[in-house]
Amino acid sequence: MKVSTLVRGAFAAALFLALALGWPAAALAANMDVKIDNFTFGPQKVTVKAGDTVTWTNEDDIPHLVVSIGHFRSQALDTGDKYSFTFTTPGTFQYFCGLHPQMQGTVVVEGAAGATQ
Amino acid sequence: MSSHDDDRGADGISRRKVLECMTWAGTGVLWTVAGGIPTSLGLVGEAMAETKGMTFLQISDSHVGFDKPANPNALGTLEEAINKVKALHVKPSFMIHTGDITHLSKDKEFDDAQHIISQAGLDTHYVPGEHDIIDAEPGALYKQRYGKNAKGSGYYSFDQNGVHFVGLVNVANLKGGGLGSLGPDQLAWLADDLKAKSASTPIVVFAHIPLWTVYEKWGWGTDDGAQALALLKKFGSVTVLNGHIHQIVQKVEGNVTFHTARSTAFPQPAPGTAPSPGPMKVPDDKLRSLLGIAEVNYKVGSARLAIIDQPLQG
Repeated sequence: MKVSTLVRGAFAAALFLALALGWPAAALAANMDVKIDNFTFGPQKVTVKAGDTVTWTNEDDIPHLVVSIGHFRSQALDTGDKYSFTFTTPGTFQYFCGLHPQMQGTVVVEGAAGATQ
Repeated sequence: MSSHDDDRGADGISRRKVLECMTWAGTGVLWTVAGGIPTSLGLVGEAMAETKGMTFLQISDSHVGFDKPANPNALGTLEEAINKVKALHVKPSFMIHTGDITHLSKDKEFDDAQHIISQAGLDTHYVPGEHDIIDAEPGALYKQRYGKNAKGSGYYSFDQNGVHFVGLVNVANLKGGGLGSLGPDQLAWLADDLKAKSASTPIVVFAHIPLWTVYEKWGWGTDDGAQALALLKKFGSVTVLNGHIHQIVQKVEGNVTFHTARSTAFPQPAPGTAPSPGPMKVPDDKLRSLLGIAEVNYKVGSARLAIIDQPLQG
């Protein structure tokens, strides 16, 4: 086998190993999408890491509004409108629709080490 | 004028007086006692047409700004409703709007709604729906326009023709998983407001979301509505007018008549007949039969107010 192929292979293996070990986590802040349709948040429960963002998109034919008392409140979302919130602290955040409070959802935020409070 | 008419006969009554008395007897003047004071209702024919009482209107859920397939022109159907109001044979005393005036609490939507509704030329009393208080500073625009003289989230009362009207707000401070909510402050105010009213005073209560549970799964009810209804128990005539569900549901329980109005914008499905309570698309030629206004007639001495729902068409 040629030396260059060996080097390439070793590099790839090292990178894979590094990523599998969660390095560098901070550069990989993710976005989680929640769709609002038929008076439902989908998925109803999402789990993200501290630093991640959740983006709600209203695909229903009626406005909705995302509220978690004491934490966040979106503007009125007409069909097609979006709202994003970045979760910086671990915890479990119950939220509901400010117009239709029977609609409920949960965001579970895990700490960087995978722990929730 | 002949002096002969003023000559008095044997029993001291002038010819003029006899002629006058004959005139009264022939046409028949109808009298009634209202508030302890005898009041002439005028000639019998006129009196039949104008029995003591009043007529007012309930309109609801105009959702100005809504433009989805269920009705691309909510402002247009509101205008049709107001034209219908203008065409009524008996001019109503005033209107009550049971909320969701606008669709997204936008300034322009409030403007457009006001422009059309004012064409009816009637005093209009409002309560907000949840769609009216979702502006950036929740409820600020509604309060500015319609809530200046109201308390708290926009509740108030007024009297007209001996009837006591109470506007309640059950769309503020909603909680996850909950229904409509009045809150302890409003209930305390209501108790105080009703305290001085005699049991024979007819009461009309109006609020956006039904004060009783029509369908809990879709949020069609008020968590503490029963507490408000308990305060109304002593009264001999209570009428509860609501909106929110975009269809007519009526019931009578003891002295209380409950009525929810049609929307002037779009219909919604009957409880449980669809996966969710959103706007219901129907064939174009059927839409206006599912939109409408309601005429409420109050007759002095009659415990139940008569509610006549009028569709935009049919």
